[in-house]
Amino acid sequence: MSDTLLTIDGISVKYGSIEALHEVSMSVKRGDIVSLIGANGAGKSTLLKAVMAQVPLSSGSITFEGNEICSTKKHGRTTHQLASLGMALVPEGRHVFADMTVEENLDMGAFLVRDSKEIDRKKEEMFDFFPILSQRRKQKTRSLSGGEQQMMAIARALMSSPKLLLLDEPGLGLAPLIVQDIFHKIRKINEEDKVTVFLVEQNARMALKNSTTGYVIETGNIVLSDTSENLLNNEKVKAAYLGE
Amino acid sequence: MTTLIQYLQYFLNGITLGAIYALIALGYTMVYGILKFINFAHGDILMVGAYTGLLTYTALLGDSTNGAWMLIAFFLAMLVSMAFCAILGMFIEKVAYKPLRNANRLAPLLSAIGVSFILSNGAAWIFGTQSRRFPYPFDDTPIVIAGLSITPHQILTIVVSIIMMIVLTSFVNKTRMGKAMRATSLDQPTSELMGIDVNHVISMTFAIGSALAAVGGILASFDFRVSASMGTMTGLKAFVAAVIGGIGNIQGAMLGGIILGILESVGAPLLGIPSSLRDAIAFAVLIIILLVKPDGILGKNEREKV
Ligand SMILES: Nc1ncnc2c1ncn2[C@@H]1O[C@H](COP(=O)(O)OP(=O)(O)O)[C@@H](O)[C@H]1O
Ligand SMILES: [Mg+2]
Repeated sequence: MSDTLLTIDGISVKYGSIEALHEVSMSVKRGDIVSLIGANGAGKSTLLKAVMAQVPLSSGSITFEGNEICSTKKHGRTTHQLASLGMALVPEGRHVFADMTVEENLDMGAFLVRDSKEIDRKKEEMFDFFPILSQRRKQKTRSLSGGEQQMMAIARALMSSPKLLLLDEPGLGLAPLIVQDIFHKIRKINEEDKVTVFLVEQNARMALKNSTTGYVIETGNIVLSDTSENLLNNEKVKAAYLGE
Repeated sequence: MTTLIQYLQYFLNGITLGAIYALIALGYTMVYGILKFINFAHGDILMVGAYTGLLTYTALLGDSTNGAWMLIAFFLAMLVSMAFCAILGMFIEKVAYKPLRNANRLAPLLSAIGVSFILSNGAAWIFGTQSRRFPYPFDDTPIVIAGLSITPHQILTIVVSIIMMIVLTSFVNKTRMGKAMRATSLDQPTSELMGIDVNHVISMTFAIGSALAAVGGILASFDFRVSASMGTMTGLKAFVAAVIGGIGNIQGAMLGGIILGILESVGAPLLGIPSSLRDAIAFAVLIIILLVKPDGILGKNEREKV
């Protein structure tokens, strides 16, 4: 089995005449936590949306487990088909089903799991892992705090036991302590459940400290890539993203 | 002077009428909940349902006058009509709405009006413009209890509507497909991330809405007769009911239907206006609701998106 789980090969994405991504290439190795850092508007969310086929490509292709999943050809895979291949995205802003209870949200995350015993087992696993959700299981998700909603969104994505977990700014708008807790959980998911993680963040320090490999994106172009450790010590990164 | 017992009678008649509105309103509201689109051809589906029901019932019945067989034939005809309308609804969505999903918001609306004309003119061409009676599958002599009279077809209407609403509610809350429908109406892109095939959900929504309209159409036939144009006014009123209850909200459509039926039935004698003006009541109520609570009785404010 190939060592590379996800390969992004020279993809460009346009919104009308504006090019949000310009021939971006990167790869995610099985078992790694890969982070992509960049300022607001750099194209991070667009990249994750392209991976999940939520925006069309104007050039390039994306390969998952050796199979081409997205390209400029007309009939590529659709988002729901990608979910069934083992890719789960926690979108920016969490996008919980606010009118549904925590438990119903988790049920939606397990939409592709047909075995109800497996769903129940997975739910209990999530409630063990995120005890705060256990107390809230019968509550409408709208009543949860931002941090709780983020945890619920992550738990919902894990319900399908994905091979690749994509996270769009998991720390956005949350208090520092909660952000730490969430990143701690992300590492545990990676280490204990062997889930490969690809996360994008504006919070560069948090992202680089908790990942193995890092990429830096500026206005749709990848400008740097290295081990996260090296990036943390890179002068340019320090000046532009770490405020040192 | 209208007596109390007479008002109770109007009230009872209103519930029957409202149950029919509710069944039809569900189709408008479910489709709107997911596509944010008013399916103006929905009223004509109820007309197709009524014709399908009538033709199937007459064919099954033949010369038989056996009471039990009349009832069985009636329910079989209802099932056939539900199935036919479900398929028709899915077909219309595929052909007339799906290709326009990313077009200007006005395009599917115009397409729906086109479909509506095709269905009603098609029916007028096939069946003529003469309206037909839907024969009662039983003796419809009213039953009088404490001065209130209720006909067997009213009882049938109320019982069938309640069953349909209970089945729909548990489908939407308990089953995998039903939950997928709710999720899709809450947040379509996120539902796709969960692995939900939204095209399939949309097809199912049209199928269910159209099947309920078929039932509504058959039940409405007892009071309004079957004709090519029967869907227009009843469909419009059901749409008003959906808006009153809060468009996009399933419980709202049920509630809105019942309320509208009661107001129509009780309103005319109460306000002392001639019953020929009854239709105006629905639209007066609509205007008041739009002014006072534009999201409808159970409609939610769009504030939920953080
Ligand atoms: N739906 C859209 N339509 C038009 N432009 C968009 C759309 N989404 C994002 N953009 C633009 O594309 C660029 C990248 O956006 P995005 O990927 O959201 O950045 P990030 O997630 O890094 O903040 C920005 O300039 C943004 O304004
Ligand atoms: Mg973003």
